[in-house]
Parts: sequence; structure tokens; C-alpha cells
Amino acid sequence: MSETASGLLQVGLLIAALAACYLPLGAYMARVYTSEHDNGVERVLYRLMGVDSKADQRWPVYARSLLAFSAVSVLGLYAMLRFQPHLPLSLGFPGVAPDQAFNTAASFVTNTNWQSYSGESTMGHLVQMSGLAVQNFASAAVGMAVAIALVRGFMRSRTDRVGNFWVDLVRGILRILLPMAVVGTIVLLALGAVQNLSAGTDATTLAGVHQTITGGPVASQEAIKELGTNGGGFYNANSAHPFENPNPLSNILEIFMLLLIPVALTRTFGLMVKDKRQGYAILAAMGALWATILVGISTLEAGHAGTALKLAGASMEGKETRFGVAASSLFATSTTGTSTGAVNSFHDSFSALGGGLTIFHMGLGEVSPGGVGSGLYGMLILAVVTVFVAGLMVGRTPEYLRKKITPREIKLVSLYILTMPVVVLAGTGLAMSLSGPKESILNPGPHGLSEVLYAFMSSANNNGSAFAGISVNTGFYNTALALAMLAGRFVPIVLALALAGSLARQQAVPGNAGTLPTHRPLFVGMLVGVVIIVAGLTFFPALALGPLAEGL
Amino acid sequence: MALRFSPALRQYGAGVRTMLVLTVIVGLAYPLAMTGLAQVAFGSNANGSLVTRAGKTVGSDLIGQAFIRPVMEKGKPKKDASGKPVFEADPKYFQSRPSAAGDGYDPLSTSASNLGPENKVLIAAVKERRATAAKLDGVDPQQVAPDALLASGSGLDPNISPAYAAQQVARVARVRGLDVAKVAELVTEHTQGRTLGFLGEARVNVLEVNLALDAVGR
Repeated sequence: MSETASGLLQVGLLIAALAACYLPLGAYMARVYTSEHDNGVERVLYRLMGVDSKADQRWPVYARSLLAFSAVSVLGLYAMLRFQPHLPLSLGFPGVAPDQAFNTAASFVTNTNWQSYSGESTMGHLVQMSGLAVQNFASAAVGMAVAIALVRGFMRSRTDRVGNFWVDLVRGILRILLPMAVVGTIVLLALGAVQNLSAGTDATTLAGVHQTITGGPVASQEAIKELGTNGGGFYNANSAHPFENPNPLSNILEIFMLLLIPVALTRTFGLMVKDKRQGYAILAAMGALWATILVGISTLEAGHAGTALKLAGASMEGKETRFGVAASSLFATSTTGTSTGAVNSFHDSFSALGGGLTIFHMGLGEVSPGGVGSGLYGMLILAVVTVFVAGLMVGRTPEYLRKKITPREIKLVSLYILTMPVVVLAGTGLAMSLSGPKESILNPGPHGLSEVLYAFMSSANNNGSAFAGISVNTGFYNTALALAMLAGRFVPIVLALALAGSLARQQAVPGNAGTLPTHRPLFVGMLVGVVIIVAGLTFFPALALGPLAEGL
Repeated sequence: MALRFSPALRQYGAGVRTMLVLTVIVGLAYPLAMTGLAQVAFGSNANGSLVTRAGKTVGSDLIGQAFIRPVMEKGKPKKDASGKPVFEADPKYFQSRPSAAGDGYDPLSTSASNLGPENKVLIAAVKERRATAAKLDGVDPQQVAPDALLASGSGLDPNISPAYAAQQVARVARVRGLDVAKVAELVTEHTQGRTLGFLGEARVNVLEVNLALDAVGR
């Protein structure tokens, strides 16, 4: 079978699997977040947590609860990393240095999972499973909670209540993420992933050389790492490591898992706003962007442009034999279109334009289909921008889902849209204007700028993948990127919740003949256009100096 | 008198308690239950698909190795300027891909090279690897397989492409004094096609082939 045919079949299988889960999972999640009923386990938990599950919160309270939980999470994880040598299963590793511990704590709490450390030589098993992986669940559930609160803003009218953060958090973890992670772990184990608490097994290779076969609770972490669009690898090699991702079947499963919840949440949205077509329209825009980037990266990697790759005859630097170019391109597209940042191949060694597309894909704001929850609220924000732009064209007050888009909404949405690019471009500019941070660059020339741009793009979008040649375990990068991650996560979240509060307060307006239908292909096309134009205009100059200069 | 906290402070109290509860559920119960299940139901996989020969662990089916030998000079192992022994490809074994994990295939230091397509270091490495592989395998430099020239993502790639394996068959057969057809047959036995016919790529497990060769002898 030709490379192209097998690559297309691979994509076909992925889409078929996602389609099969779309309706049931979307409906299940809608029930989880709209049910009035707490189950027995949850009632016990709420007592332990000291929260009133029946309290419906106003948006500022919802936001404060979320921020308080996240702040506590950062501090708790930071302490755990610092005190590692005093904890069980530390494997003899020392405490993580303050700047790296701050970076790592911020990284996992913001769903970024940027790693300035190398797992196998820094983190003991307890820190991995009871520190880092707890945030894999929690940060994903936080993302979903924000998306659901925003959807409630569209659903509800004449109320100042947007839901209960603690209930949304606990339900997201207990009813959605945990059961799926258990199933994912078992399948990964059957396919060959490791799961033990061993400090490693000594082997003597055929050449007589000593080799330590590493251990760890890997499969359980791998499952939630993909399902929660986290992406932080147990090992430095991430999903390229054979113990995390042993074969082509586990590879397609991992891609499926990282796309599953963001895709199905569009169904949840459609059901909750009682207009399923709206969910399809959002999904169609996400899918169109994802497919476009996939075609681009796959074609560019198959073409293997670039001196070294042309010389070698394939774009296989940083790629695993068992996956090859097609499965690596599919993974790269999906991980940068979500906030995952797991990698099964190393983007720094992609062809210049193929690697450039991974940067551009994140620059779209990670809405194709985006991180767990963050993809949905990001795309809904862009949908509001789109109806506003359309409203300007015809001179009408824009509406979306029967809510008027007033100056207040537009201010919140504009601030949301501006936050990420400001963080990315200011951070990159700062790093490039200082001499110290420039020394971290591995690849000279335009590619070096791409490494720095990638780092800030990945952090501000809470992606976590890297042009990994850059040495980021320095005081500057650990601090600057941690701040970029925190700003890139929590400023948009607060704005999205403020928008939810503002929408919930409005009376729904009846549609009329002049209302722009937001479920038709015309709207989907406009939405895609808005996403590309916003990101394109913002990042074109930076991309021109990096990947475009290198690749053209 | 009961302490009265402001609502804002109460949120932090709830945050701390929630963190602790979640740590117990998804940070301890979940991974430990999965570990228990894994050890009972998937013991071999869960422990790293270890490969043993004559009772000794020689590696993992999933983790690649460097099939090398010390360079000898006047009957003694050659050392480099810093006193470390120098290694070369062992011609009786099929060779793995170049690796950027530590000194090569070190699971404690997994890594890709992260060298960009225009990086002079990578360009020079490709040229040098092409010349070395062509000389070792006695093939035209233009015939060297791409995966012989480029390092993997993990640095632990257990596989090579069927093309790179085919390139090495004649040399391994010659060094071991085996029939070329016999060696080719062993390679075929340890070659996997694309999963389900279309997932991933065809590949040869290098450790398995080399173990099979050692079992045949010579």
C-alpha cells in the first residue's frame, strides 16, 4: 500500500472512532453537568471538602473558587517537588530547584505540561503519580468547568448564577476523566505500556554494555496525559518513548484519546443550548482547521525539504521507525491543535515549514479542536467575534445563540483575544533582546528564533510541546515561561467567566429574519476565516523571521 | 466561639481540602490500583517486556540497543583523549539507528537530537554516517537507508526499516559465515508489517534479529 493510502486510512480510522463516540459521550457529558443529583461518593467528598454543592455561584465567586483551587495546587505541587528527597519512591533524586519547581508547578496546574526537566532523571515515582498526574486530572476538569460555565451563560437568562465550581470540578474528574482513564490505561497495558513501581531493571546488552530498563507507573499517567490534553511525558522522550507508546496501535489510540473530549464537548454544547446544529457548526470549524493543518504538515514532511533531510532522503530525524512520517504528522497536528503538547516525534527536526505549521497551529489559539474545555470556550469566544464582524458588515446589533453581543461582551472578548498574542510576542521579544536567553538556543540562524517563539507560543497557549533543542532549564526561561503559562491560562479563564456572567444576566432575544444563522456553512466559513485572520495578522511577522525565512 | 472566615478565605480552605481529597483518589488509589491490575493481568508488558537469555536479562523487546564493540589497538582497548574507551559498530550484528540518548540507547537519558534541517552539525553527521554505513555494509553510498542516517525521537528506537535491514544482510552473513538466504530469512521472521495493514510503518526489531542470529551461532 502506498504511503499516502495508508496515511489516509489511518486518518479515516481516527475519524470513524471519534464519530462513533461523539453522540454518546457528548450526551453523557451534558447529563453530568446538568444533573441536579449528587451521588453518594460525591456527597461524602463535598463534606470532606467543606463545600455546599447546592450553592449556585455568581461568576466572580465561581472565578475566585477556581483561582483559589489553582493557587493552592501550584503551592502544593511546588512543595512536593522541593521536598522530593523526603518522600517515598523518590529514587534518590534530590529536590527540584526553586525556579524549575515553580515552572513545573505552574506548568501542570495550567494544563500546559511544559517540561524543563527530564522525567527519568528528575522525578521519583510518587511525585509523578501523586503530584504531577493529579494536576493532569484537575487542570483538565478546570478547563471543562469553564467551558460549561460559559455554555450556561448562553443557556440561562435573567440570572447572575453560572453554576458551582466545586461540583463541576468533582464531576468532571469522577464521572468523566477517571472512568475513561481507567479504560485507557488497561488498553495501553494490553498494548505493551509499562506500569510498575520499580526503580529500574539492570540488563547487560548483547554488546556487554550495562543498560537500565526504567520502570514507573507509566500507563496510568499516559492515559490521563492524553485524555486531559496535558501532554507531560513520564519520560523525556514523551510519546516517542516505547514504554509510553509501544506501537502503531497505541499511537493511534493516544491521538484518539487526546482529541476525544474536546471533540465530544461540541455535542455537549449543542445539547445544552438546545440546538444541536450549533454544536455541529463549531465542530465543523474546528475540523476544517485541523484538516487543513494536517494536510499541510503531512505534505511538507513527506516532501522532506531542507538540506539535511534532502541529503538523508526522508524527514526521519526525531521520528520513530514504527510510526513513520504519516503517523508522526498526524500526532503533531493533533497535539498542537489541542493543548496537549505530547509528542511522538520531535518538532525541532521537522522540515522548516512543517515545523512552522506546528507553531502556527498553536497560534490559532488552540481551537482545532483545542484543549479539554479550553478548546470549546476559545472557539465560542471566536464565534462571538465572528457575529460581531458580521454585524458590522450589515449594521445590525449582533446576536449569538439569542444573546445580544453588546459593547460589554465585545470588550471582554477583545481582551481575551489579545491576551495570548501579547504574552507570546512580548516574551519572545524580551528573550531575543537579552544576551543570556539567546545562549539557550541550539540551532543557529532563523531556526533559533523559531525555538524561542515556539517556547512562548507553547507556554501562553498551555500546549507544552517544544522545539526541544533550546535549553530552558535556566532562571530566565523557568520564570518567564511560568509567568507566560499562568497569564495565558488564567486571564482568558477569568474573562470567559465574566462573559458567562454577562450573558446569563441577559434576557434571550427572539430571533427574526434579520438574525444571522450561526449553524450554516456560511457562518462556519466566516468563523474559520476569523480564526485564521486574527492569528495570521498577529503572528505573520514573527513567523516570517523564523520558519518562513528558513524554509523559503 | 467559632472562628469566622471571610468567604474569600473559605475558598482557600476548600481548595486545600479538595487538593488532598483528589490526591488520595487520583494520585494514589488510581495509579496503585492500576499498578496492581497491571502486575496481575499484564505482568510481562507492565514490567517492560524484558528479554532474557540463559537466565540473564539482556534488555527489553521495546528498547533498542547499540550493537558495538571496543576498538582494539595493539591488543588493547583504544581510549580517547579523556580516557574513555572508543567503540565501533560490531559487524556481526545488525546495527540500530543513530541515537541521541546519552552515549547511545541510554534509557536514563532519552532524547532526540533536536537538530534542525539546516543545522551544519546534522548535515555533517548525515554525510559521515552515510560514508561509515556504506563502508561497513559494502554498499553504494547512495543506497544507504534514510533511517541509518537520522536519529530517532526517543533515542531508544527498537526498530529499523526493512530497507536498512536488507542493506546489512550480506555483511552480517559474511562476518558470521552464514548463508545470505538464512540471514534474510531471520530478518523476515522478525519483520512486522504495518499494523492492520495501514497503521504506522513496517519495521524490524533489531534485538530480536540479533538474538536469533546468536542462537544460530557463528
